[in-house]
Amino acid sequence: MMSFVLSIIRRDLLLVMRYPAEMVNPLVFFVLVVALFPMGVSPEAKLLSQAAAGVVWVAALLATLLSLDILFKADFADGSLEQLLLAPQPVWALVLAKVVVHWLVSGLPLVLLSPVVATMLFLPTEAMPALLLSLLVGTPTLSLFGAVGAALVTGVKTGGMLISLLVLPLYIPVLLFGTGAVAAAAQGMPVAGYLAYLGAMLVFALMVTPWAAATALKIGQMQG
Amino acid sequence: MSWFDNWHLPKWFYQMASPKWFFDFGARLQPWFAALALLFIVCGLVWGLLYAPADYQQGNSFRIMYVHVPAAILSQSIFLMMGVTGAIGLIWKMKVAFMVARACTLVGASFTALALITGAIWGKPTWGAYWVWDARLTSTLIMLFLYTGVMALNQAIADRSVAGRATAILAIIGSINIPVIKYSVEWWNTLHQASTFTLTAKPSMPPEMYMPLLFMVLGCYCLCAWLVVQGTRNEILDQERQASWVARYLEDQ
Repeated sequence: MMSFVLSIIRRDLLLVMRYPAEMVNPLVFFVLVVALFPMGVSPEAKLLSQAAAGVVWVAALLATLLSLDILFKADFADGSLEQLLLAPQPVWALVLAKVVVHWLVSGLPLVLLSPVVATMLFLPTEAMPALLLSLLVGTPTLSLFGAVGAALVTGVKTGGMLISLLVLPLYIPVLLFGTGAVAAAAQGMPVAGYLAYLGAMLVFALMVTPWAAATALKIGQMQG
Repeated sequence: MSWFDNWHLPKWFYQMASPKWFFDFGARLQPWFAALALLFIVCGLVWGLLYAPADYQQGNSFRIMYVHVPAAILSQSIFLMMGVTGAIGLIWKMKVAFMVARACTLVGASFTALALITGAIWGKPTWGAYWVWDARLTSTLIMLFLYTGVMALNQAIADRSVAGRATAILAIIGSINIPVIKYSVEWWNTLHQASTFTLTAKPSMPPEMYMPLLFMVLGCYCLCAWLVVQGTRNEILDQERQASWVARYLEDQ
């Protein structure tokens, strides 16, 4: 089982390395969305520092959403997904491997990049650790719920728009607690409670979403 | 697991799985739902709108709650029902359960939209704004988004049986997320704006105001049951149009 998961992770990481655009595009998108905000609203530091946490989190949500395509789409298109589903190993293990790769490729770079864009938005320095930590705990949850959406729309022609309708409402609690943590840190209040809630959501997502995504993938295969 | 092997669900549960049986059974239930819905809604509306005393603070504008509250209650109940019927469909492989879930979608989305619209109309004279980012308003709006997601997925997949299964998964994930969304929104709201707007708390609502509301809630549940059964029966006719009993039924009409 473990070797199955590891070999999937290695294979997918290798594929991403061959086409780095899949990894870089969401990051560019992330920075671009954040950069649009001061242009659209106001370049004033006071206003931006208040909105910074929300803008960074919303941009992270959207960037994650756009990168969900890499989860199953290519494998579905070239038929390898069908072969993987036929493997004797459980499908949820496949889903978990895919989610790990997705997070390594899209979530982790977002977390690492977030201090840079947050500085551009004048986020107070004391809130920076909270932003990093909340994104670190929150983005895996985004990948997990995203996997359900991506699995549901594999094989659906108009997948791109549809997946955002399915997934974004499920992202709302993560957004609320993520921005809540940063806002609390900016006011000098403790953030442990928020992070605990984000962690609880991650555990909850780990329990539910691999099963749901696996079932969705099997259903998608019935669509000949 | 020997105790489990000897345990069976009641017979009617398995009979529900037959589209023809459900179609006939639904036809027998529908007049009852319709009669009860008519009785409760007419009584509740006449009582609530004409005879219930006006609120000492809100005057007559509070009367919109006789539509608003049942709609808001139903929006959550129906989503839960979608999740439960979806789970039944996936576990026992019953296509009728998926049809019920499909019939629920539009009914539930309509009640959610009704709750939002009536809430906005009531909010203008009471709060001075059509929309505030109050916890309950926000979670109802998210509920509408969840419904639209389910409907969009249903529309996007042409094969009905695949669409039924796929939306069942989404409905299950959505229903178990409802409490998470509800409490996170409540927490978010209380943190950011500590009760700027208090929903006029009515711990001591007199029975002559409360009873019509109870009637309306019961009536709307019956109306919703009628709508869902009707939707399911239409769905059965559509999906089972190859079956000989459907052809015979349509000839008799």
